[in-house]
Amino acid sequence: MIEAIGLTKRYGNTVAVDDLSFTVEPGRVTGFLGPNGAGKSTTMRMILGLDRPSAGKVLIDGKPYAKLDRPLRTVGALLDAKWVHPNRSARAHLQWLAKSNGIPQRRVDEVLDVVGLTKVAKRRAGGFSLGMSQRLGIAGALLGDPKVLLFDEPVNGLDPEGILWIRRFMQGLAAEGRTVLVSSHLLSEMALTAQDLVVIGRGKLISQSTTTEFVERSTENTVRVRSPHADKLGAMLVDKGFTVREDGEGVLIVSGATSDQVGEVAAGGGLVLHELSPQRGSLEEAFMQLTGDSVEYHAETGK
Amino acid sequence: MTLLAVERIKLFSTRSPWWCMLLALGLTVGITAIIAGNWNEGPMPVLGAVFAHTFGLYVVMVMAALAVTTEYRFGTIKATFQAVPDRISPMVAKAAVVTALAALVGLAAGFGSWGLSWLLAGDTSQLALESANDWRHVAGVGLVYGAGALLALGVGALVRQTAGAVSIILVFALVLESVVGLIPNIGDDIQKWMPFTVASKFIMGDPDQGGMPADAGPPTVGALSPWGSFGYFVAIAVAMFVISLVVVKRRDA
Ligand SMILES: Nc1ncnc2c1ncn2[C@@H]1O[C@H](COP(=O)(O)OP(=O)(O)OP(=O)(O)O)[C@@H](O)[C@H]1O
Ligand SMILES: [Mg+2]
Repeated sequence: MIEAIGLTKRYGNTVAVDDLSFTVEPGRVTGFLGPNGAGKSTTMRMILGLDRPSAGKVLIDGKPYAKLDRPLRTVGALLDAKWVHPNRSARAHLQWLAKSNGIPQRRVDEVLDVVGLTKVAKRRAGGFSLGMSQRLGIAGALLGDPKVLLFDEPVNGLDPEGILWIRRFMQGLAAEGRTVLVSSHLLSEMALTAQDLVVIGRGKLISQSTTTEFVERSTENTVRVRSPHADKLGAMLVDKGFTVREDGEGVLIVSGATSDQVGEVAAGGGLVLHELSPQRGSLEEAFMQLTGDSVEYHAETGK
Repeated sequence: MTLLAVERIKLFSTRSPWWCMLLALGLTVGITAIIAGNWNEGPMPVLGAVFAHTFGLYVVMVMAALAVTTEYRFGTIKATFQAVPDRISPMVAKAAVVTALAALVGLAAGFGSWGLSWLLAGDTSQLALESANDWRHVAGVGLVYGAGALLALGVGALVRQTAGAVSIILVFALVLESVVGLIPNIGDDIQKWMPFTVASKFIMGDPDQGGMPADAGPPTVGALSPWGSFGYFVAIAVAMFVISLVVVKRRDA
């Protein structure tokens, strides 16, 4: 189990993680979700004792990371697949890691086998493809047969086969009773992988719940309206307390309203509508809406 | 103990330490060979045989700095601190391995240079190692390489970048220590206390038999005895390393 309590990290003036509290339970895959720059990696580095929190703390089975005896046997992590010396062989990389925590050398061959790198174990890690590096990173995380596993965006850049493999793999680890925390900025991916979700934006907790709850709660229905008077209609809908988003030339996406309500508002203002259709929101849209205020870098949306 | 093995695996599972060691040895012994082959100012003194040790020293220091800066460069330092979160013990283990290795290279360079001089010099009547001081000139190279490596490791851990650490070390040793002597009035007094100048006094100072010819290289200066000079150099190296430990412990990895 992982417990973050009031975790805060400031880099100069940037607050990367802001009073974040959450728990990660064993036996389940917990998705750690947030847009780019939300503070996921920073939080994971603090869990591992690599970055010092500015305030608050994070405990693993009740202890801070630094207090764990031979920590690789308790916590395995893949934060960045590139954290390997490019001129060192995959096996040598795992060998020194194993040695440092008194893990028997035969375990190195075991994990190489689990991730399917046995054949290339003697090749220099610098020549590995992204998928192979990712597998080497996972092998490193598994070395100590740890109860707690952290993965930072493990499927980034992988092909569909690799994604599927990792997804099954995580679920397998959780089914064995381990605590698995996986970060991602894709809700659609997490919806398939994780049972629980910790969602953050701009370093703050947005929600912690099961994935099902989160998806149900957040994929509320929206209404798409197209009108030559979109600006005016938008303003009137906002006055009524609905949330309105522009979606291209003359198109509005209204959330929190039924199509009936939108139609009535338009009629009230005598505005022509070219389209009025209820929509089942996509996961990604819902996620963007939820974290919308907390996305650090807004793309300029077209006018 | 296991951490020593870990650092040994790390160091020797990449190629650059091997290249650095070979280069340090080859450069020192090679330049000495040229000196010895061309020695024609009477019998070659022991000092002449170890005069070129500084070349290997710089290479060994680069190797030591690389041992830590590459860990930062490639992010393996994070894996290291994940494996051993107290941070101090893996750094000390690394220092022990790198220092011991550098000392071995230094011994090989010292005795290798001396042996080759014996073979190549025309007149070897003053080259025998007969006194404690003679032994210090030659075996001392090992000690200075070891201490230099520790110093460089400290600099590397503080700076974290290969280019930065290497330029600091080389600019300091090759440029700053000579330039400082040019400052009017106080320059000489400052130079006397510069670490590499002092270290060189340990190797080259107080010879029993013939010194270097007056025009060969910078004179050995310094207020301390040769062994006192070594103590001073070691103190600087240890201080630098301890400062780096404090910083590494506090800083985000
Ligand atoms: N070492 C650092 N120094 C300064 N700022 C940092 C540092 N690390 C992270 N930040 C800042 O902290 C914020 C959170 O970054 P973090 O990498 O944790 O986000 P993330 O959720 O992992 O994003 P991504 O999805 O892009 O990986 C960002 O604004 C980032 O610029
Ligand atoms: Mg990240």
